[in-house]
Amino acid sequence: MRIGTLKQSYVADAALFDSRTQKVWLAVAGALLLLFPFMASDYWLYLACLVSINVASATGLNILTGYTGLVSLGQAAFMGLGAYTVAILETRLGTPFLLNLLAGGIVAMLGGLVVGIPSLRVKGLYLAIATIAASFIAHFLFANLAFTDGTTGISMPPAKFFGVPLDTSFRLYWVIVPITLLLLLGAANLFRTRIGRAFIAIRDRDISAEVLGIPLLRYKLLSFGLSSFYAGVAGGLWAYFFRVVTPESFPLLMSIFFLAAIIVGGMGSILGGILGAAFMTMVPELLKLVVDLLPGGSELTVFLSPVRTIVFGLLIIGFLVFEPLGLAEVWRRIRRFFHLWPFRN
Amino acid sequence: MMDWAYLFEISLTGLASGGLYALAALAFVMVYKATRVVNIAIGEILMVGAYLFFTFSASLALPLWLAIPAAVLCCGLLGAVIERTIIRPLLGEPPISVFMVTVGLASVLVGLVEMIWTADQRRLPDFMPTQPIMIGEAFLAPKIFWGAVIAVVFIAAVLLVLRFWRGGVALRATASDQAAAYSMGINVPRVFSLAWVVSAMIAAVSGIIVGSIGGISSSMGVFGLSVLVVVIVGGLDSVLGALLGGLFIGLIEALAGAYLGGEYKLLSTFIMLVIVLMIRPYGLFGTREIERL
Repeated sequence: MRIGTLKQSYVADAALFDSRTQKVWLAVAGALLLLFPFMASDYWLYLACLVSINVASATGLNILTGYTGLVSLGQAAFMGLGAYTVAILETRLGTPFLLNLLAGGIVAMLGGLVVGIPSLRVKGLYLAIATIAASFIAHFLFANLAFTDGTTGISMPPAKFFGVPLDTSFRLYWVIVPITLLLLLGAANLFRTRIGRAFIAIRDRDISAEVLGIPLLRYKLLSFGLSSFYAGVAGGLWAYFFRVVTPESFPLLMSIFFLAAIIVGGMGSILGGILGAAFMTMVPELLKLVVDLLPGGSELTVFLSPVRTIVFGLLIIGFLVFEPLGLAEVWRRIRRFFHLWPFRN
Repeated sequence: MMDWAYLFEISLTGLASGGLYALAALAFVMVYKATRVVNIAIGEILMVGAYLFFTFSASLALPLWLAIPAAVLCCGLLGAVIERTIIRPLLGEPPISVFMVTVGLASVLVGLVEMIWTADQRRLPDFMPTQPIMIGEAFLAPKIFWGAVIAVVFIAAVLLVLRFWRGGVALRATASDQAAAYSMGINVPRVFSLAWVVSAMIAAVSGIIVGSIGGISSSMGVFGLSVLVVVIVGGLDSVLGALLGGLFIGLIEALAGAYLGGEYKLLSTFIMLVIVLMIRPYGLFGTREIERL
């Protein structure tokens, strides 16, 4: 148990993993992630991969919206850019798997930079709606460009990793989860650097940040680029996971899903992105379980889809009204309880 | 070779459907001006209005003169409930939070509609004359023409009410300076409620018209996206901008749909949106926000 923390240097204060307790728990979590594929069923592995992809993308959006304060409803479009890049490279050129993912990230990043250009002139809601425009334009391009195979989309073979085809959830798990962890580590480290702190300054008050000497356009664009890079890599993983990419795969609703995930999880917190994305991915599955358990479940399945939509909306509303800091704050409260126990608060 | 008669016909149709955009945009601007809330659920509220009308007229077989006011009033009630339960608690929170709450609201409304009325496409009972309309050489679909006429009459009525009715004056006073309105004895929270009620009622009217032209379904909220473009192009807080923006976007959509193909409709409006945002970040008629440290 940890009673308090004493830090005697700035280095200690800014450390990524700051206490021994934290390191122990992280080691436990890492061991669980290693053991998980051997214990879980196919269904759970499938879910784990999906959660992992969503965590990667949500973390990207968190960099942009949670840390830099630029609301974007275009995350799905950037995922689409990444997914299409990966699918085209895989089917047309057959380049190696990791290279494709990197290319997907970079193409999405370039897209993000283009969409980010208006961010200096417009902000807040105008920007949010401009990013909706981006996602419509992206959808149109996917459906109409010559090399994207129109509305039928692109089907792709399983990824090959040193000759091993990644065709089961079990095998994909060993690729998707490490990549997500790498991205998470990158994001967590980003906010210990000058760039990350500039992002936070821009979020808190962009005019003040400019007065302090932070070049707004450069950092806003950088934030857009980084966030889209994450989305692109996540989209690439998504493409390898589902193995078919169509223009309908990345609807506006998906962008809303990611925004909802970081709201529910907690904006401006790496842990929040993880918790939120995991929670929002699991809720529909939970609902399915509940419906199956209820008497007369088979008749109720008709209502499953609308109930899912309602619960999705209620979660956004409920968290914004009652718990604006999200699940990350709930988690912090639980931790505080154990730190201080048996004393109150 | 340009076919001028065809162009004229398309433009007329576009302007007429633009009237509908203008009406829905008015509902949007009403809430934004008074409460500074961007209501992205406007398309969904409009959809609920259309479905209520469907229930009253088709399922309960009420006569039209009863069904329309009943649907509009119920939608107004819905507006009041939304304002009290989810918008009021967020007063003073950053605008982005409130914006996201309306995103959640949109999702809830779509889910409710699918649950109560299923996701199938429905037809509203016909209540508009079906005589084809000829303006000069140009043919105009009767539903679109009468829809536009109702929209224009309704817009005029709303503007007159805002101009002369006490509540309308209070609304405009609150919109222009909240603190001053407070100190002059205007009950600002009540004005907020009023704005939501009136906005939901206008949305219901435009939902009934839009639904009777194109049928109703749970994906009707997409109409709200075009409305969003309209108000951004016109300027979020400008009634005039909403009206002209509506006509403008209606025209662009009709032209793009006729000369390029149906899938270019939304694309062209969104490209227009990006262009306008690049040139005038606060819309064509919006108030420029001045930021100070």
